[in-house]
Amino acid sequence: MTEKSETAAAPHKAGAFDIRNIIGALLGIYGVILALAGLLGEHEPEKTGGVNANLWTGLALVVVALGFIGWARWRPVVVPDDFDRPDDDPTRPAPQRKRPPSH
Amino acid sequence: MSDTLIDANWLDYLLVAIYFGFVLGIGVMARRSVSDSIDFFLSGRSLPAWVTGLAFISANLGAVEIMGMSANGAELGLPTFHYFWVGAVPAMLFLGVVMMPFYYGSKVRSVPEFMFRRFGTGAHLVNAISFAVAQLLIAGVNLALLAGIVRALLGWPIWVSLIVAGAVVLSYITLGGLSAAIYNEVLQFFVIVASLVPLTLIGLHRVGGWDGLTDKITAASAGAASASEAPPAADQLNAWPGQALSGFDSPLLSVIGIVFGLGFVLSFGYWTTNFVEVQRAMASDSISAARKTPIIGSFPKMFVPFIVIVPGMISAVLVKEMIDLKNGGSPEGGASGEGVAYNDALLLLMRDVLPNGLLGLAIAGLLAAFMAGMAANISAFNTVFSYDLWQRYIRKDHSDDYYLRIGRLATVAATVIAIFTAQIALGYDNVMNYLQTLFGFFNAPLFATFILGMFWKRMTPTAGWVGLVAGTLSAIAVDRTAAAGVFELSGQGVAFLAASVAFVVDIVLSVVVSLVTKPKPASELKGLVYSETPREDRTDPHEASYPWYRRTIPLASISLAMVIVLNFAF
Repeated sequence: MTEKSETAAAPHKAGAFDIRNIIGALLGIYGVILALAGLLGEHEPEKTGGVNANLWTGLALVVVALGFIGWARWRPVVVPDDFDRPDDDPTRPAPQRKRPPSH
Repeated sequence: MSDTLIDANWLDYLLVAIYFGFVLGIGVMARRSVSDSIDFFLSGRSLPAWVTGLAFISANLGAVEIMGMSANGAELGLPTFHYFWVGAVPAMLFLGVVMMPFYYGSKVRSVPEFMFRRFGTGAHLVNAISFAVAQLLIAGVNLALLAGIVRALLGWPIWVSLIVAGAVVLSYITLGGLSAAIYNEVLQFFVIVASLVPLTLIGLHRVGGWDGLTDKITAASAGAASASEAPPAADQLNAWPGQALSGFDSPLLSVIGIVFGLGFVLSFGYWTTNFVEVQRAMASDSISAARKTPIIGSFPKMFVPFIVIVPGMISAVLVKEMIDLKNGGSPEGGASGEGVAYNDALLLLMRDVLPNGLLGLAIAGLLAAFMAGMAANISAFNTVFSYDLWQRYIRKDHSDDYYLRIGRLATVAATVIAIFTAQIALGYDNVMNYLQTLFGFFNAPLFATFILGMFWKRMTPTAGWVGLVAGTLSAIAVDRTAAAGVFELSGQGVAFLAASVAFVVDIVLSVVVSLVTKPKPASELKGLVYSETPREDRTDPHEASYPWYRRTIPLASISLAMVIVLNFAF
C-alpha cells in the first residue's frame, strides 16, 4: 500500500500534504457545515420528502473524513530523502517554480 | 422565488468558495514548493494505486459523464448503462491487460509522438491537427455546460455567462490550478460522489423507490403523446437490446451496433488513445502499477452510472419541465435560455430535491468538473499546438522562452475559440449525441490506425495518413448524410454507425495502401510494433511475487466477472 522503507535518520512524514489528510479536511469541513445547517437551518421537507438531508449527509461526510484522517495516522506516508522532483511542465502556462531566464 | 433557475443562498456560495479555496491553495503551495512532501506527491512516483486509479477515472468524470449521461438517462433510460458496462469497463481492462505493458515499455508519451515515430511526418501532421481541433470542440462542450450553471445561478444572458466562465477557466489555469492536477482530481471525485449520492437517494425516496420509478416511467410512457419521440417503457427499463440507444429497429442489429460501434470502436478507441488519461497511469513506478491503474479505476467506474444515469431517469418523471419535454412539449426556461433540454435534467432535479447546503455541494462538484475538464482540454491543445505544430512545422530552433510565450498565447486563443465552439454544443438538445459524434470523427479512425500500426509491422507511412484522413472524412460523410435526412436513426445510432464506418474504412484503406507502398525497415520499429518490442520491456519481473490481490490478471478477472453480472442483472 503506502508504506515506504524507512531510512536510518528520523523518518520525514508527509503530514498535512498527505492526500488523505486533504480529502479528510475538505470533507470534514463540508460535513460539519452541512450538519449545522441541518440542525439550525430550514428543513425544506417539501423538497426532500421529509428527510433532513443536510444533517444526514453532513454526518456521513464527517464519518468518511474521520476515516481518511485515521487511515493517514495509522499508516503514515514517509517521504524518502531523495526522489524525482516534478518538472515544471513548460506547456502549461501556470506560474513557474523557477522564473525562466530573462533576456 | 427569484427569476434564476436555481435559488442558491449564502450557504451554497460558502461551500463553493471553500472548494475553490482548497484547489487554488494547493496549486499555489505546489508552485512555491513549501514542503518536500507536496513535491513527493506531485512527482507521481510511489503514489498509492487507489490514488492513481481514482485520478484516472476522475479525469474523465466531467462533462461527458455527469451531464451527458444524466441527459441520456432522462431521454433513453437504462440502455445508457452500456456506456459503462459494455463501453468503459471492458475498454479499461483491455488497456490495463494488453496495451499498458506496451506503452510503458515503448516509452511513448503522447499519441502524436507515436504517430511521428511509427509513420513519420504525414500521419503526425494529420493527427496533430485533428487532435487540436477535437480539443477545441470538446473545450466548447465543457464551457457551454459551465456557462449553463453560471446562467442557472445568476440568470445572466448566455453570452455573458460564456465569457465569464471562460475568464474563470483562464484564471484557474494561470493561478496554477493545473499544476496539482492529481490532488484536484481526487478531491473532485469525492465532492461529486458526496453530492450525487444524496441526490440519487432523495430522488428515489421522492418517487417511491426503484419500484416507484419503474411504475412512473411505465405510466409516463403509456400516456405519452404520439408526437413525442419517447421510447417505449420496455426499452427504457431494460439495458438490452437497447434499441432506444442505437436507433435500430431490429434487436439483433441493435446489439451488434452497441457491441461493435459503442463497445469496440468508440470505447476502446477512447480509452486506449486518450493520453490525458493514460498519462495518469504512466506516472506510476512500475509496469505492474501502471497496468493496475485502469483496472482499479474500473471498480468505482462500474458503479458511477447509478449516481449519474438514475438521477436522469428520476428527473424525467419527477421534474415538471422534464415530464413536459419528454411528452413532446417545449417548456420554457433551461440553462441555455432557449427552452428546457435533456441536458438540464440534473440541474432541474437538483433544484427540486436538494435543500440549500447540499445544493451548494452539488454546484461545487459540477463547476469543478467542467472547469478541470476544460482546463485539461486547453492544456492538451496547448501542448500539441506549441510543440507538435508550431515548433515542428513553423518555427524551429527558438528559445524555450519563445515557446512558452507561444503557449500562453495559445491558451488565451483557445479559450476565446471555445466561446464560439460552445455555440455548436448549445445547439444540441442532448450533449451526449454531440460528444459521441465528435469521438466518431476523431477517435475511431485514430484507434484503427493505432491498433493496426501496433500489431502489423508491414503497415507503411503512407497508409498511416491516408487511413486517418479517409476515416475521418467517411465519418463526417455518414453524419452529414444522416443530418440531410437520407436515413434516420434516433438516439446515438448515427454516431455509432459513423464510428464503425470510419473504423472499417480506415482499416481497409490502410491494408490496401500498405500492400502497394514501401514499409519501414524492422530496425526502426523497435518499441513501436508489438512483435518488434522485446518481451522483457513489456513485463514486470516482480509481478509474480505479489499476493493475488495485487496482481493484474486476477484483479481484471474479478472486475470482468462483476461487470458481466451487472449486464445480466439489468
